[in-house]
Amino acid sequence: MSGTQRGAPDRVEPLLFELGAPGRRGVDLPEPTGAATRLGAAERTAEVGLPDLDEATVVRHYTRLSRLNHGIDTAFYPLGSCTMKHNPRLHEKLARLPGFADVHPLQPADTVQGALAVIDEMARWLRILTGLPAVAMWPAAGAHGELCGLMAIRAAHEANGEARTRILVPDSAHGTNPATAAFCGFEVHKVQENPDGRVDTASLKAALGPDVAAIMLTNPNTCGVFESDIRAMAEATHAAGAYFYCDGANFNAMIGKVRPGDLGVDAMHINLHKTFSTPHGGGGPGAGPTVLSAALAPFAPLPWVLPGEGGELRLQEQAVGPAAASFGRLRAFHGQMGTFVRALAYCLSYGRDGIRKVAEDAVLNANYLRAALADTLSPAYPGPCMHECLFDDSFLDGTGVSTLDFAKALIEAGFHPPTVYFPLVVSGALLVEPTETESRATLDDFIGTVRALVARARARGPETGGFADAPANAPRQRTDETRAARNPVLRWKPPTTCDSMS
Amino acid sequence: MRWLPNTEADRRAMLDRIGVATVNDLFSDVPADVLDPALDLPPAAGEIEIERTFRELGGRNRAAGDGPFFLGGGAYRHHIPASVDALIQRGEFLTSYTPYQPEISQGTLQTLFEFQTQVALLTGCDVANASMYDGSTACAEAALMAARITRRARIAVAGGLHPHWHDTLATYFHFAGLELVPLPVAEPGCWLPDGPGALPDDCAAVLVQYPDVFGAVGDVRPWAEAAHAAGALLIVAVPEVVALGSLRSPGTDGADIVVAEGQSLGVGLAFGGPYVGLFATSDRYVRNMPGRLAGETVDTEGRRSFVLTLAAREQHIRRGRATSNICTNSGLCALAFSVHLALLGESGLARLARLNHEAAVRTAERVDAVAGASVANRTFFNEFAVALDRPAADVVAAIEQRHGVLAGVPASRLYPDREDLARHLLIAATELTSDADIERLGTALEETLR
Repeated sequence: MSGTQRGAPDRVEPLLFELGAPGRRGVDLPEPTGAATRLGAAERTAEVGLPDLDEATVVRHYTRLSRLNHGIDTAFYPLGSCTMKHNPRLHEKLARLPGFADVHPLQPADTVQGALAVIDEMARWLRILTGLPAVAMWPAAGAHGELCGLMAIRAAHEANGEARTRILVPDSAHGTNPATAAFCGFEVHKVQENPDGRVDTASLKAALGPDVAAIMLTNPNTCGVFESDIRAMAEATHAAGAYFYCDGANFNAMIGKVRPGDLGVDAMHINLHKTFSTPHGGGGPGAGPTVLSAALAPFAPLPWVLPGEGGELRLQEQAVGPAAASFGRLRAFHGQMGTFVRALAYCLSYGRDGIRKVAEDAVLNANYLRAALADTLSPAYPGPCMHECLFDDSFLDGTGVSTLDFAKALIEAGFHPPTVYFPLVVSGALLVEPTETESRATLDDFIGTVRALVARARARGPETGGFADAPANAPRQRTDETRAARNPVLRWKPPTTCDSMS
Repeated sequence: MRWLPNTEADRRAMLDRIGVATVNDLFSDVPADVLDPALDLPPAAGEIEIERTFRELGGRNRAAGDGPFFLGGGAYRHHIPASVDALIQRGEFLTSYTPYQPEISQGTLQTLFEFQTQVALLTGCDVANASMYDGSTACAEAALMAARITRRARIAVAGGLHPHWHDTLATYFHFAGLELVPLPVAEPGCWLPDGPGALPDDCAAVLVQYPDVFGAVGDVRPWAEAAHAAGALLIVAVPEVVALGSLRSPGTDGADIVVAEGQSLGVGLAFGGPYVGLFATSDRYVRNMPGRLAGETVDTEGRRSFVLTLAAREQHIRRGRATSNICTNSGLCALAFSVHLALLGESGLARLARLNHEAAVRTAERVDAVAGASVANRTFFNEFAVALDRPAADVVAAIEQRHGVLAGVPASRLYPDREDLARHLLIAATELTSDADIERLGTALEETLR
């Protein structure tokens, strides 16, 4: 590595550790006094090994790296099940107000009434939008919200003196669903789908029994269709003494249009980083508040925000009084404040009448793509979809081009590919979620590209069609993932003397 | 609405193309009696009104920077260089997601690889993951990992673990069918220099916080020796990552897993979240580690490239055989951490840590000179415990109201059931604590304890 930062952005950017030189500094701090320490036997004696860098080099390093990323800000990002919608910058500004960004979680309650009010108001929006009476605001992401919901369910059964051991999960579920059930100490029992992409109600009913703690469904499901039998499934579940956990990852199709509480749902996490437009940040932070039915509400995790004296809000941090049945603490402190500010600003901007437009335009955009591509790609299921549409890979039959090749060709055309090979229930899946913040013009551009690519695949195949070596123009060509896994290099290490001499 | 680009004409044309009359025809699978419920919510507001609303709400909070401020207890107020925030708001970082397509995600992947390296260096471990939700959940996952590695079901927990971290661990353990065993408790402010003493049988791990919840620091090595002699792992939990600029790295002193709260670098207080959990361990346990990992490889042209790797460990791939609860992690906070630490570098981190420690030493000396206040710690980094002559919560409330000083975290906030800790106050100082702040705290304590 040269250790310079020269040239076009698709060049290999040196690592931080290759750019430093002793004596540089990126932060000017006052001179310490050198007084005696009180660190005792713990005082550090060895260097950490970090590089010293100046500010300009650091700014250039990260700016150059950023240009190697595809983001919603740069182009269309129809990644199914992830709801990559526009992230308003107003929300960034608000979250950085000192009254939110510079407030400590353990300040006295009378100094944080505005923060508690934001949590309380966001909770009210979530309760009203879902039609469920309680919400645990603290889960840090979707999977954490699932865990919160299943913990509440297990606590409810335990309080009832029941040790139910099984959770029913369809094959089409997000991988986090069975994972959460197993992590929470349950056995996972699979439920079959119908040929139309919906859970088979009869097999679900047959699998219910006195050892079933809950069913875990996604609605709309990961095949992009609404579970039209959902109330019958909920009724059967409740009749068997079990609870209905709904994965809320796809709430963007329902917001303002349908309340999960009206469908018989007992618990559902809501990904604020999906439906409520808080930035995905390259993989988080998310937030997964979990709404709960009246039966599960007493078991919600600590702390609780409760009305205090004189109209003030207070935090109930111990499992006593109204929170006596709480299953306990799910994390330190109280939730993703920065995310709550952004999500509440999102809600207030749409208001009661606008918010359902989100779901309507998301569903409209997905169906438009589906209709325009139905004769080109192969829709996995008949009929309209919800906010995302699922295709299988039969449109590529005989071309020698795989779903992966097709995805890489979309990268070459300037798009982020859809989610590929998920859900697992169809061959070579392509799950396309446009979201409501994309224009018809963007969709038309995507449709035209897909049509041209399919024609090229059929006419010329993977090699001469340019699929095998796509994406030719991206910052990188295809990467060797086998090598990465077989001989993991997970960090930079300083060169040995031998290396530096060569 | 500025976030919805389609016009009514677009919508009409799109419905025609789909072949339906109204958008609700696309919701025909939804039972008609539950479609379009009335919502008891306010009408839409524009950008001007929203800003006004949030300024008003934010104005009802006291910001830490509004006056002298001495709170710690697991969240610390530090200066964040302006470049950090400017860089993490680059749209290519802010608005991307999990880097599933490495060809167009090298920005995120290389920054994660650099983050992993920084965390490994700081903790003294071989390898680190791409972040956890926060320190407390990282700590719980570390305990579960130790149970998996040793196939044992009990974790011995030292008394100085932050109660919120302890309670998070207890929640996870209850549902995992595992057991927490408390170790003997030291006096507040004291580090047990000889380690934990006798350990219960069949421990998967010994878990010790460093600095502990009362700020005490000391030698980790006797803890590692005791754990290893019992066939257990040593987990070290670090609530204030800046401390590692002045303190020996736990990994080099024998810790098998080091977890930390990374909030102090780049992230800010934000009323408790989002934060960033750090998770590091030794090479031999890497396949037992939770969370995402970026790894180095090459592309077909031989250029150095980074990818997500060892995904078979991850919960969304393992499905019904999952062992962890982390999928989306804390990517943007990890980036902020990494940028801040890049700016600091070796010399800057050492200086920052030293400034924290010196501010805390000056604060401790001033507080100890107040009649009715007695510093409990012999050793500490940037936080220490003080025994007062009356309940600490009352003193904190009085000082806040009369002097505008946030004097610290009363131990009773973290230990409401511990009568013996009712008079203890945790005081933290950082590089942002001025001599004038320290004097105002000293004066306020003198007037309140008089």
